[in-house]
Amino acid sequence: MGLTITEKILAAHAGKDKITPGETIWVDVDVLMTHDVCGPGTISIFKEQFGENAKVFDREKIVIIPDHYIFTSDKHANRNIDILREFVSEQNLPYYYDVGTENYKGVCHLALAQEGHNRPGEVLFGTDSHTCTSGAFGMFSTGIGNTDAAFILGTGKLWVKVPESMQFKFTGKFPDYIMAKDIILQVIGDIGVDGATYRTMEWTGNAIMNFSMEERMTLCNMAIEGGGKNAVIEADEVTLKYVKERTNKPYNIYHSDHDANYFFKKTYDASAMEPVVAKPHSPDNKALVRECSDVKIDRSYIGSCTGGKYTDFLAAANLLDGKKVAVNTFIVPATTEVFKDLESKTLNGKTLLNIFKDAGCEIGDASCAACLGGPKDTFGRTHGTEVVVSTTNRNFPGRMGSKQSEVYLASPYTAAASALTGRITDPREMLN
Amino acid sequence: MLGDNIDTDQIIPAEHLVYSLSDPEEKKNYGKFAFSGVPKDGAGLPEGNKLFVEDGKFKSEYTVIIGGKNFGCGSSREHAPACLKIAGIQAIIATSYARIFYRNSVDGGFFIPFESPDQLINNIRTGDNLTINVETGTLTNNSSNHNFKLQPLGEVAEIVKAGNIFEYARKAGMI
Repeated sequence: MGLTITEKILAAHAGKDKITPGETIWVDVDVLMTHDVCGPGTISIFKEQFGENAKVFDREKIVIIPDHYIFTSDKHANRNIDILREFVSEQNLPYYYDVGTENYKGVCHLALAQEGHNRPGEVLFGTDSHTCTSGAFGMFSTGIGNTDAAFILGTGKLWVKVPESMQFKFTGKFPDYIMAKDIILQVIGDIGVDGATYRTMEWTGNAIMNFSMEERMTLCNMAIEGGGKNAVIEADEVTLKYVKERTNKPYNIYHSDHDANYFFKKTYDASAMEPVVAKPHSPDNKALVRECSDVKIDRSYIGSCTGGKYTDFLAAANLLDGKKVAVNTFIVPATTEVFKDLESKTLNGKTLLNIFKDAGCEIGDASCAACLGGPKDTFGRTHGTEVVVSTTNRNFPGRMGSKQSEVYLASPYTAAASALTGRITDPREMLN
Repeated sequence: MLGDNIDTDQIIPAEHLVYSLSDPEEKKNYGKFAFSGVPKDGAGLPEGNKLFVEDGKFKSEYTVIIGGKNFGCGSSREHAPACLKIAGIQAIIATSYARIFYRNSVDGGFFIPFESPDQLINNIRTGDNLTINVETGTLTNNSSNHNFKLQPLGEVAEIVKAGNIFEYARKAGMI
């Protein structure tokens, strides 16, 4: 019996030839990522357990990316950034992307990719559930809490229960109006918010492999919304081109064997996919966009690790160019690199930034912003009964701030089309 | 007593994640805001509209949480099990857990996340008096004299027994 990509990576990091799903193993960690929300708690547990003067297991393997509560006057949030700074200085950590400096990046999951920390075949843990995003690079990556992160800081190891794999295959070609967000919302709708609990969501098929790295990251980002332990897409030439432009470090490429064992396999016809939303208040509350065309919205929000990448904004700009939005529309680039792309890359002779400004959108600075509500003064946060169409990844009650607000998760195309009409709108109405 | 899919934003809304988890005074705020994101009609089933922590208080009058399936889904924030412990919770019994919450509860040694194969939702009411027997793996509702099974802890049993992941690793000679 062969092995899946995930099983091969975990076996290699546990020093074993073979592992079986359900088995508990200890793996060597290649990268530990933390941020401003969970970093301070992690550091405090690390010091409590390993001593005030303890040193991290390998300073080259720690990446700290403040991104959640950056542009706020909240004194506790700002204090947490100071704790990160102090730790980085004390441990002399090379990979820290400090707020208020040219090094500042923004949302950790995209920053990891853009700064060359995502490498095929590696094991990456992060104190954020959307760490599964990095699986787009053919690596094992998953979210953990402060205690596990502190354990890694001290030892470079963590226990893992080997997950069973689920394979989602898309054959053929996606229609032009379909984005990766439509696909992940479709699949989560099909399997439910706990349909992949403690399992791997492996994506395959020529339609998936035709996606850009940005779109692959969108797919893998929301594995956690299906309960998944990790997501993975095997590395190919698209992956290697992206990786080689950003790091010189070596990596290993793994492929799933033809006779690997899967808990579940499903094949979809890519050409049959339709634009999808997740209605309030759960990411698996799936509906076709065209079935929701009578839902009036107060706000459109395009941003976050899953919906604030260059390709997301290019899609939105395609629809917004030369038009005016009908509702408050927030544009939040995930990272400073994406912000620079908005300033420099053009469509029909105009920069994306100018297209958004001319359309009447509000532009925020790179960070997690209102994706998870945050302090009261967070850009784009809901405070009342707003109905929002958003390219983010969660629509649990209160996720974007107010418990009374209602969030529809959607692709950047759908969010932009809806921004123009003031109701949930199928992008095909605009693209034809 | 709560329903299915109680996510971490309901357990502790993200705006409160700014407080220190190590400062004894500041961390009390996590108790104050525990479960403050649960919509009113879902808080304290079957009736609903019950506050987990009274206004102005930092501890709950309840010590056991009963949840449905996929308890603790969403974010990896360890503030979620931490806030429940700070509020005075000693055990959770759910149909199933999201795995990061489950790991965090065990590795951090906050409380034991028990699972039960039995239908708890229609047989326990908020405010009932419960006894958990860890040795026999049973839950007794003293208010209605119902008994329920608890699942064995499986692969995490040794970590639970040791107290947390650090104590487990020390016993095993890893650190």
